[in-house]
Amino acid sequence: MSDCHACSDCHVAANPPHRLVALVGPPNSGKTTLFNRLTGLRQKVANFPGVTVEHHVGKAQIPGRGDVDLIDLPGIYSLQPRSDDERVTRDALTGKMTGIARPDAVLLVLDSTNLARHLTLAASILSLGLPTLIVLNMADDLHERGGSVDPDALARQLGAPVILASGASGEGIESIQTFLAGGIGLPSPVQLPVLQDVPACRQWAREVSHEASYAHPTAPLWTQRLDRVFLHPLWGPVIFIIVVGAVFQTIFTGARPLMAGVESLVAYTSQFLNSILPAGPVRSLIVDGAWSGVGAVIIFLPQILLLFLFISLLEDTGYLARAALIADRTMARVGLQGKSFIPLLSAYACAVPAILATRTIENKRDRIATILIAPFMTCSARLPVYTLIIAAFIPERPFIGPFLGTRAAAILSLYVLGFAAAVFTAKALKSSVLKSERSAFVLEMPPYRTPTLSSVGLRLLDRAGAFLKRAGTVILGVSIVLWILSSVPTVNGQAPPIEQSIAGTLGRAIEPLIRPLGFNWKIGIGLITSLAAREVIVGTLGTIYGMEPESDAAGLRAALQHDLTFGGAVALLVFFAFAMQCMSTLAVVRRETGGWKWPVIQFTYMGALAYICAYIANRIFS
Amino acid sequence: MQLSFKKPSTRTAPKTLADLPQDESAFVDRIDLPGDFARRLMELGFIPGSPVLAAHSAPGGDPRVFRVDGTEVALRRETARHIFLRKN
Repeated sequence: MSDCHACSDCHVAANPPHRLVALVGPPNSGKTTLFNRLTGLRQKVANFPGVTVEHHVGKAQIPGRGDVDLIDLPGIYSLQPRSDDERVTRDALTGKMTGIARPDAVLLVLDSTNLARHLTLAASILSLGLPTLIVLNMADDLHERGGSVDPDALARQLGAPVILASGASGEGIESIQTFLAGGIGLPSPVQLPVLQDVPACRQWAREVSHEASYAHPTAPLWTQRLDRVFLHPLWGPVIFIIVVGAVFQTIFTGARPLMAGVESLVAYTSQFLNSILPAGPVRSLIVDGAWSGVGAVIIFLPQILLLFLFISLLEDTGYLARAALIADRTMARVGLQGKSFIPLLSAYACAVPAILATRTIENKRDRIATILIAPFMTCSARLPVYTLIIAAFIPERPFIGPFLGTRAAAILSLYVLGFAAAVFTAKALKSSVLKSERSAFVLEMPPYRTPTLSSVGLRLLDRAGAFLKRAGTVILGVSIVLWILSSVPTVNGQAPPIEQSIAGTLGRAIEPLIRPLGFNWKIGIGLITSLAAREVIVGTLGTIYGMEPESDAAGLRAALQHDLTFGGAVALLVFFAFAMQCMSTLAVVRRETGGWKWPVIQFTYMGALAYICAYIANRIFS
Repeated sequence: MQLSFKKPSTRTAPKTLADLPQDESAFVDRIDLPGDFARRLMELGFIPGSPVLAAHSAPGGDPRVFRVDGTEVALRRETARHIFLRKN
């Protein structure tokens, strides 16, 4: 989650002898599928220094010629930027982006099924004077739908080589590799009109495509058929609710066996480490400090991967755009828009990817409002906390018939509580500081497509890597610090009783502040450590009460029942529903909003809301 | 939803994109929106003189999907009513 990447991270800067080729194209041109096809697993996400825009860099292997560095730049409609993404692409192409060499060639990726529109970008890209291969992507779609184009005629018109290709089927990949290896001769450039005026530009593109005997493909029949169902006034919303419900169901029940598997793997590793390491502070640091802290977090990996599997599938098939369309009207009620729906759905797994997903929202105020409310959604890190406290304080009884037990109902009401806080906050923000003049919801509806295994697989690997990196840095660091704080000062060379350790002293110091909420100093220590990440409190309470949360769950529950009243337990649940206890999220908010202002406001607001509501809950339920 | 408010007897040529009934098409005349927003809409295909077809709409009738220049773009009603259509 650092905002600065060392140069060793970027192939781009580290290997000057290689040629650096940029992939450029409008959104929805299939650029990323092509990039995946060319680089496969040899790619990584990087950040441009100083800006918040992520990009992918990778190596394309050219048979017999070694590697070529590829950089996948954000999609653009023109070289006149309207968003940060577009500015990055322009600056990178003109060599104004610090830290990144100017690419020495360009792959201009255009959607061949939409040539007249996409060609408008060609004139301005070609005028940059870089060797450019024009890739008419989705050629399989074009042919299937009865369209055609003469690439050679188009090449003569544009003064640049043109090929038909398909990132999905692999057509034309060899020609691209030949170009990357410098094996395609460049015709003498043609003077192209660089027109500032969009209608004139479009007119030019239409003439050029006419000269290249472009036959427009028929409308995508399947897309229209599917839209008749998915956007049906009645069935549309029904399917929408079923899809969202299925995503939730899978994340929470489908992921359980997988999570149990990871959990037992963690427990087994702990035992194994315990058996091979000699007893003493080193073993305690590794097993009880580092590994139990990291292990408590990595059990969420299956859940997060399942969520991203769904989001990738929905996005790659094109359904996500329809979901945004259906959700727009509801989102508009709280002053947001359909594009906020996707990030908010992701936030139920984790706020970090949700905040990254807000990048598609062009309206800056809408984007900030979405970022500010995303952490209210019940993320998976809250679940172990909820589960522990509910199991200790709420007896399992049928609640609504045989379908919903009291415990499930309690969890459900915490979801509703978080959602209500999000709605309330969104409404408050959008009617005051983040009020926008005009809500502009403009969304291109891509045709439905079959997702490719490689693009979904690569996305999952990407996310798994990011998650494990976080577990290995932030969580590992906090776990070690907590272990040290609860192990010093030593008494007769032994670890001290927890109340005499530094952690205990800290917990006692904040006790007066949290007493009104019904919490004692032990819970206080948990609140301090959970500032790093919510789920850390479970491990912390285990350490404080001297019990392994995994192996002695009953003991931990009994200890909590002894230390907390029912009112205090409800207050603790409410506190966790509202408070911003996640360093990773704060770091990402700072990066994405470009400063400390919003993360500080967010932390203070959520903390105050959590404190007040926990206080009220404690008074009501005691 | 806006269709249900139209009385069949007063059916005149639609003035803006917001009034264009589903499955009917018309030609864009002008966009009455701030410069860069109008530019983005033009880049997406809403160019004066080009044909637009009103396709599906979200449940409730807003936003609506318009077919322009080979793609489909969803717009809210408050945007669509600033895109004026040619009279003919």
